[in-house]
Amino acid sequence: MRIAIVDESAARASIIEEGLSELADCDLVVITERRGMLARMAEIDPDIVLMNLGNPSRDMLEEYFAVSRALARPIAMFVDEADDEAIVASVEAGVSSYVVDGLAAGRIRPILDLAITRFNAFARLQSDLAEARGKLAERELVDKAKRILMQSKGLPEPKAYAELRKTAMDQGKRIVNIAEAVVTAHELMSGT
Amino acid sequence: MNTQLTIGFLPLVDACLPILALEHGFAEDEGISLSLVKDLSWATVLDRLLYGHSDAAHMIAPLAIAATLGRGRPAQPLAAPFVLGLNGNAITLAPKLAQRVRGDEEGLGDPVKVGAALREVALERAAAGKPLTFGVVHRYSSHNYMLRYWLASCGIHADKDVDISTVAPPFCAEALELGEVDGICVGEPWNSVAVEKGVGEIVLSTSQIWRRGVEKVLALREPVLEEKREAVLRLIRALCRAAAHFVDPINWEHNAAILARPEYLDGSPELIRRAIADQILIARGGAMIHYPDFMFQYREAANFPWVSQAEWLYSQMVRWDGQTFDRASADKAARVFRPDIYRAALLGTNEPLPGASSKVEGSIVTPTVVGTQQGNMVLESNAFFDGKVFDPQRIEEYLAQLP
Repeated sequence: MRIAIVDESAARASIIEEGLSELADCDLVVITERRGMLARMAEIDPDIVLMNLGNPSRDMLEEYFAVSRALARPIAMFVDEADDEAIVASVEAGVSSYVVDGLAAGRIRPILDLAITRFNAFARLQSDLAEARGKLAERELVDKAKRILMQSKGLPEPKAYAELRKTAMDQGKRIVNIAEAVVTAHELMSGT
Repeated sequence: MNTQLTIGFLPLVDACLPILALEHGFAEDEGISLSLVKDLSWATVLDRLLYGHSDAAHMIAPLAIAATLGRGRPAQPLAAPFVLGLNGNAITLAPKLAQRVRGDEEGLGDPVKVGAALREVALERAAAGKPLTFGVVHRYSSHNYMLRYWLASCGIHADKDVDISTVAPPFCAEALELGEVDGICVGEPWNSVAVEKGVGEIVLSTSQIWRRGVEKVLALREPVLEEKREAVLRLIRALCRAAAHFVDPINWEHNAAILARPEYLDGSPELIRRAIADQILIARGGAMIHYPDFMFQYREAANFPWVSQAEWLYSQMVRWDGQTFDRASADKAARVFRPDIYRAALLGTNEPLPGASSKVEGSIVTPTVVGTQQGNMVLESNAFFDGKVFDPQRIEEYLAQLP
């Protein structure tokens, strides 16, 4: 069985490839380039295509699968109603999959399950990284600024948020920048 | 307690209403905490909607109907209670081709003349075994249907004489540049991006093909609409305020700057402002023209989901998917558009509500006063360029007389 893994992130593609390599009887082909993808697809003639949910080439590929005369066998999205749970899990993990019609579900499931596991593992890696970079702190910063405004100006929560947003808009800045200024000013004033 | 709603969108100027409803606090005023999720393909926007990552989506109208009818995937009923805008798309051709088919016309071409000139090229190229290729943003998009409608009316068979393939909006300019396509039909700012790069020239606006063509809708899963009905009504009021704000010239500059931000369109504020202002730069270094109602986001109850619009889209789906007309499917498609919800949301406000929920598309050629449920309404021309009229009571007859 030939499996094509399409992902613009080479790092994630190789993590998935590594995960799937333990499967017997599977040829894995990784495509990370958008250009020439349709020609590659015709060449590979895969039984299953796994790609990241947000891949910008999905519309192009779906159209290709729908009308391609190059592919003798139609490819369908793996969205059989019977497999709803599997699909929810795969969307949750950020995997979309296209499967040649007629391929037994029993053969598809282990592949999809593995792919989901690897996608989730990659997502965890990524979010750890993001956390390390302090990206997730943005939301906390806004909440903190909101609490400061609520306490110091006696505003209800929506008003406090509206004030932050309005200031951001007036100054052409992002809310988080304003929130940062509020928190910094508050810390300076209260000497903490 | 605010209601949380998540809306998916693609980076296009006509994703403006949900974005502005959030940014200007219109949603917040209605007790809605909006979060927006940007994606780069409609397949992803649809997946997120169907599997609950989002509550609603900025969506090409035909895709909402296709999903409901189960085209390309198992059927899931969607509902569109609000139209996010009409038209706003253009047909951009590679410069040499554009110059050849445009002739001596100043500004945008005449759809009939450009079509006739294009037909010559298309037939030449088809005979030489190198058919003209067009990129559209999705199989189930108004872009695909408008382009095909125009080509067919001009004697170019959209399946036999030319190739039409799918290109995601952000890659349209690149596809022209690489010669992968000879033309694109896409929304703004992506035509202007091609013009700025000097890889394309705009020959037509889709509003020249159908003066009031339905474009994007706010789509929800039907069960979600039922479950969150009250919140959706409030969201519709917020979107309506955003629409009024969007079309007011005083706000153009500011709104363009908001839409241009990295988290939204991640593009040039200048190109976005032009689209909002109905200004089109046809060719690099050329003159800027003003084409009124290039985008149509608010006037004449533009956001009202006319059932006849859904039925026209269904007729085109039948036409180009090579299927036969089927009453039950036509009814299902018609029910995707939900004027009842739109009315419920805006009854008692200053927004006009038409008396009817369906109209004969293409029948209005001069400003016409129409009966209303509330307020006053004058509808301007909604003509198709070939003068044909779509009567939703007679879809089969309509299909039979199309080329």
